[in-house]
Amino acid sequence: MTTFLGSPTFHAGTGNIRGTESFPDAARKSLADTQLRANLGAATTTIRNKRIAAVAEVDDWEELRRAGSALKSQVMARLPELLVQFEENVTARGGTVHWARDSEEANRIITDLVRATGSDEVVKVKSMATQETGLNEYLEVNGIAAIETDLAELIVQLGHDKPSHILVPAIHRNRAEIREIFLKSMPDIDAGITDDPRALAMAARAHLRRKFLSARVAISGANFGVAETGTLAVVESEGNGRMCLTLPDTLITLMGVEKLVPAFTDLEVFMQLLPRSSTAERMNPYTSMWTGVHPGDGPQNFHVVLLDNGRTNVLADDVGRSALHCIRCSACLNVCPVYERAGGHAYGSVYPGPIGAILSPQLTGTTGHDDPNASLPYASTLCGACFDACPVRIDIPSILVHLRAEQVDSERHGLPGGQDLAMKAAGFVMGSEKRFAAAETASRIGRVLGGKKGRITSLPYPGSKWTSSRDLPSPPKETFRQWWARTHEDTE
Amino acid sequence: MYARNAILARIRSAIADAPTPEPVPRDYHRKPMSGPGDVEKFAHTVDDYHAQVHRADESTVAEVVTGLIAEGARAVVPPDLPESWRPRRGVVVDGAPAELSTLELDAIEVVVTGCTLGIAATGTIVLDGGVGQGRRALTLVPDHHICIIRADQIVDTVPQAFHALDPTRPLTFISGPSATSDIELNRVEGVHGPRTLDVVIVR
Repeated sequence: MTTFLGSPTFHAGTGNIRGTESFPDAARKSLADTQLRANLGAATTTIRNKRIAAVAEVDDWEELRRAGSALKSQVMARLPELLVQFEENVTARGGTVHWARDSEEANRIITDLVRATGSDEVVKVKSMATQETGLNEYLEVNGIAAIETDLAELIVQLGHDKPSHILVPAIHRNRAEIREIFLKSMPDIDAGITDDPRALAMAARAHLRRKFLSARVAISGANFGVAETGTLAVVESEGNGRMCLTLPDTLITLMGVEKLVPAFTDLEVFMQLLPRSSTAERMNPYTSMWTGVHPGDGPQNFHVVLLDNGRTNVLADDVGRSALHCIRCSACLNVCPVYERAGGHAYGSVYPGPIGAILSPQLTGTTGHDDPNASLPYASTLCGACFDACPVRIDIPSILVHLRAEQVDSERHGLPGGQDLAMKAAGFVMGSEKRFAAAETASRIGRVLGGKKGRITSLPYPGSKWTSSRDLPSPPKETFRQWWARTHEDTE
Repeated sequence: MYARNAILARIRSAIADAPTPEPVPRDYHRKPMSGPGDVEKFAHTVDDYHAQVHRADESTVAEVVTGLIAEGARAVVPPDLPESWRPRRGVVVDGAPAELSTLELDAIEVVVTGCTLGIAATGTIVLDGGVGQGRRALTLVPDHHICIIRADQIVDTVPQAFHALDPTRPLTFISGPSATSDIELNRVEGVHGPRTLDVVIVR
């Protein structure tokens, strides 16, 4: 039987937001890839340190975070009204608004819009929403080639790979690997190209230039939509965004319903929080904003597709709904000790890291213990670094705990999972003083296994499930109760 | 309409029991527009992004701009760029008589424009398609952008900028030349947008 968590009227999100295996299984593979771990470790350490410096420059950072958080709460509370207002304003300025309940519907709408232009090729600016819906694959099946123009997305696309990070999707690749991918897939590339990042970036420029200048249709995501004016904003660095948003005749933008802000001036908060949190810059090189159609300047046909795809499920959970506040900066990924080692692919979904661990299972719902997304709330040490880093103060650790509790509750009446059995066993032992004392005595046998180093490196099943990937410290010489008895004889 | 109404109904039901949110605290730095911005800070933050900063007064703008353009190169300008800001040679005017095609633009090395404002805190210039700025393709396709800003167009903070901008115009925020950090997080300047950005501050 399929039991969805959350509201009784559950509409599961679909697309690339659920992997095929559980996080522990997937992570085991990436942990064994030493090149991947080296690439990731170097990249996350660099960006983490840069971000701290960029944030330290702003003396009202905490005030901005609180404003950002409160603004997003306002948006969620007023969402129906703001969406209708946004639709009116986009329409009034010559744009067309479409609504999509799930990935399939969004992909179909966009494919029909592209077909209507007569074009069989589109240029794309990086978009998490189209990654989520699997738009590129859908277009390909329908005979339309989608060309990713962000350098990292291009590396991923040409390498027949998957993105592993929200901001820098090719973070798991180093320069030598990227050179190999380019040599294999760019027909006009200089065969003697070095692995210097500048040389590689210039090869990408040459490769895409003609596409940009001739493209008739572009597809984008959106960082923000402004209800009050119908304005859309795309934040980027390379200029590929400006190319897509300016040169083609037709622009199609896919945007999650949660991406709104009430007023144009509210962007003053997010445009301070986002660049410093994501790329650790005072401001990203390019931000483009457009309101409907601007006669004589830029695309003359503009469509925006508003996507639900499970967002209303997230909204229905009073604890979990703040996951929708996310502005996709990826600061939480870069500070997460679990992401740093396991990498983005282990999360299965296009949303990796701490935010993915709470967003993906809420978008899809979970169908029981064996659902890969049911394992995501456990992909965390609950150290809290993600909450500290989040520019809009999403309390990710609390939501992780909340989702774990929901998972356990949902299994309470079915077949118990491993965790349930372990907790029951622990409850039985701790429920009686005698049994607990006996367990403490038994645990001291562990000291023998630990030897002189005090580390137990392998245990028989089921303990092997723990020790296969980490050591277990030996139990202490003395338990707390023994210490108490020894030092407090008079209180016996 | 079916999808629209279904989504709106789902949202209404999802938030039906949600508490009224707290008002938004606005105690971050949000001073209204007052007096000229910090020109020196603007010059410093622009320079930090490896954009070149130059100074001029109204009488020397054309001379400074001309000096930034390589011998024999052509520079496109919007039709309403002030005469005194135009380079002294190789000028192509967009829209006189016809607007240049994208391919024609791609064959031109330099573009010279004004802007609508600059932000000192972040080293950002903002274009809104107003006087002397032209359509968006102009400042995108040529490889070298020379942007002229009057000192009185500089504001100190991001909130000041948002209060001064008109959202119904096409807006482009530019902070340094185009750049990527996608390969091992090494910053490489100049990908698809202009690879060189010169900012001329006019006192």
